[in-house]
Amino acid sequence: MAVKTGTPAERAANWTDERLTIAGPIRRQLNKVFPDHWSFMMGEIALYSFIILLLTGTYLTFFFDASMGEVAYNGSYTPLHGIEMSRAYSSTLKLSFDVRGGLVIRQIHHWAALLFVASLTVHMFRVFFTGAFRKPRELNWLVGIGLLTMAIGEGLTGYSLPDDLLSGTGLRIINAIIMSIPVIGTWTAFAVFGGDFPGTEIIGRFYIIHVLLIPGIILALIALHLALVVRQKHTQFPGPGRTERNVVGERVFPIYGAKAGGFFALVFAILALLGGLFQVNPIWLYGPYNPSQVSAGSQPDWYVGFLDGSTRLFPSWEIRLWDHTLSPLVWPAIVMPGILFTLLAMYPFIEARLTGDTARHNLLQRPRDVPVRTALGAMAIGFYLVLWISGGNDVIAAKFDISLNAMTWIGRIGVIVVPPIAYLVAYRICLGLQRHDREVLEHGVETGIIKRLPNGAYIEVHQPLGPVDEHGHGVLQYAATPIPKKLNRVAGASRRVRGFFAPIEEPPPPDELETDTHRELAGRPADPRP
Amino acid sequence: MSDQQTRPGAPGAEPDLDAMSPQELADYGAELDGVHIVHRRDRFPVPGTRAEKRAERGVAACFVLTFLASVAFIVIYIAVPWQFSITDNSYAWYTPLLGVTMALALAGIGVGAVLWAKWLMPDEEAAQDRHDGFSDEVDTKATSAALVAGLEMTGLGRRSVLKRSLGLGVGALGALAVVPLVGGLIKKPRGELFSTPWKDGVRLVTVDGRPVRPSDMEPGALQTVFPGVPGGIKAPDGATMLIRLRADQKVTHRPGQEDFGWEDYVAYSKICTHAGCPVSLYEQQTGRILCPCHQSQFLVTRDATPVFGPAARPLPALAITVDGDGYFVARGDYREPIGPSFWERP
Repeated sequence: MAVKTGTPAERAANWTDERLTIAGPIRRQLNKVFPDHWSFMMGEIALYSFIILLLTGTYLTFFFDASMGEVAYNGSYTPLHGIEMSRAYSSTLKLSFDVRGGLVIRQIHHWAALLFVASLTVHMFRVFFTGAFRKPRELNWLVGIGLLTMAIGEGLTGYSLPDDLLSGTGLRIINAIIMSIPVIGTWTAFAVFGGDFPGTEIIGRFYIIHVLLIPGIILALIALHLALVVRQKHTQFPGPGRTERNVVGERVFPIYGAKAGGFFALVFAILALLGGLFQVNPIWLYGPYNPSQVSAGSQPDWYVGFLDGSTRLFPSWEIRLWDHTLSPLVWPAIVMPGILFTLLAMYPFIEARLTGDTARHNLLQRPRDVPVRTALGAMAIGFYLVLWISGGNDVIAAKFDISLNAMTWIGRIGVIVVPPIAYLVAYRICLGLQRHDREVLEHGVETGIIKRLPNGAYIEVHQPLGPVDEHGHGVLQYAATPIPKKLNRVAGASRRVRGFFAPIEEPPPPDELETDTHRELAGRPADPRP
Repeated sequence: MSDQQTRPGAPGAEPDLDAMSPQELADYGAELDGVHIVHRRDRFPVPGTRAEKRAERGVAACFVLTFLASVAFIVIYIAVPWQFSITDNSYAWYTPLLGVTMALALAGIGVGAVLWAKWLMPDEEAAQDRHDGFSDEVDTKATSAALVAGLEMTGLGRRSVLKRSLGLGVGALGALAVVPLVGGLIKKPRGELFSTPWKDGVRLVTVDGRPVRPSDMEPGALQTVFPGVPGGIKAPDGATMLIRLRADQKVTHRPGQEDFGWEDYVAYSKICTHAGCPVSLYEQQTGRILCPCHQSQFLVTRDATPVFGPAARPLPALAITVDGDGYFVARGDYREPIGPSFWERP
């Protein structure tokens, strides 16, 4: 190949390819096809918020001093002047008040952390309820559970760093929870905290865990997660033309790439807006940590709320045996989350064992078509929500003027009663939706047109979705795809990717009559025959 | 991967690459990768229509917004007052303005890119073949054979001495890696969990170091006091609640602690026996002390026994008296470990 010809871009490409022989692999990545569905954005939001966390977090490290050494505050926030505090707290104040624009970055960082765990959780729901975790993707489900636990740990350590009154109270509880572990509890707590609480080590240790150890692990897990997605290719919802053997969507370059890059900027924009307009964790209002002080309504960040709730609800069952004490903290704060996350991690294997399903699945399921799994998920969410709401039961009690004790009892009873109810309700809703799908396939879509028959009877005219048999019943079989339930959905269905909130109707121009094969591949329900 | 040789969808004969247009060549390359373009429609088949210009202007407007918002961000960053002031509130606009301009700048790029893809790039749909499941038979067989043959070369199966000694060495090396970490971190819990700075004769002082006299408090009042020793106010386990009972309140003390109070004063550890938060909400009327962290409630008239919530043990009581100068002093340390439960606690 001639080296000195072509445009500069061609020469650069040749220079690289001559050394790396990489044209083929690059083309394969550019041509990679990603399916398009709004629910697939959740994982993207998680990835983008993590990138934003890395960017803003690195900025924060330039100013934060992870030391528990005492100083008297002399920064520009005058209400705290002269107060003794740790360098960690004082430097957090400094980056909020004395670093120009520091506060907006700090708040973006905090909001991004909240969004990161939230989008991970919703992404997990998506994967769970559509059966995307099934063979061959069990490994990636495990990687995802690892990411979720690491994200919670990362949030917890970051939240503790400013050493304000609120986060110090959180550290105090973390210490008590570690101490509650049977046999090794005190030794573990002393190892983590470098002695009795609070010691002088914990902020520095949490800092390096927060900025190096856990981000490194998260980064490695994300790389593995994405590598597995690339290797196994994305799942897709069923539809005409979409099979277990293909993946239908847009290629990475240029369309999917442009959309994804734009979406990253949009996620960042929303976080910038939150960081600018909505105050989060105003540590200067809490004051420095002091073991003898606490403020009412102390709440952890949202993702720890369910543990706070379980700790509030658990009865005061302390076991004392042979000169030893088993704290009531160990059950709601160690054993319960341990069981919860183990069940979560094992779920793909449990389901495969119970259903005897050993097939590979690349097509997703609609939650209604798998009522038992959907109901189990609803049950788990019900359990989690009762705990989560109970984590703020004092605030709810105060705002709505309910007895605090009543709130606790509502939570204690609710955590037992709500999950089975959620199971039954979700199961019933799934069956109802399934039946309605079949009904529409058999009798057609309600048109809202009332017809009077010669004998005087009134009927509503139904528009069949496809060909009908001699009794006027539709012959289309259910194909695990959405069934249009309204007439304007039938027309709107001509858009391949329907809008999430408002389907936009757009009749195709007459000069662009497409072939049936394309229509099938495009994943639309077949149009009703005239 | 050997995509080039075995591509099922590829046309049979090697095509003349130089004769193909870039689009044909790109589609041919996609086929090589198992990607079939099932549908492609130019959004504007006739170039230069007014609709196309309008779409293009819309996208360009987004990018111009990014430019303007970025400039605004920089101007605001430099020009708007930002330093905190207790008297002048104008600094309060700084962070919101930065956030909004940053958001607009990012949203311009983001919306612009998405609209570009949706309005101007062709509407394209592609289907890519999957190849999952087991590898080709030759790959699975040859790979396992390579492993078996390789292991055979090492002779690991036969040479049990090597196997055992290697296991021994690697195991010890693993221990070597763990030992410094554990050894560096580990710290034997000594008396810290069982004692506090309180001692016989130590004065009860307020947070600013002032000793407390019985006449300082009204009936029904609660005061947080600390051991009057150096570092006592900072000690995480020293905080104590000194409570003056109302005339109608009477404390039923625990057996053996009947004389812990002094006249109508009692003192209890402020550190919750559940998770170690300071129990600081005292309801005078009912004599309940509430922990704001997990809502344990302790009843003063029942010697700070928990009456609701997750705490299992009463707050430890501090024996107090009044010294010769008329100030409150402790008569010794707490008789039991204060704060949350732990395994070694009897």
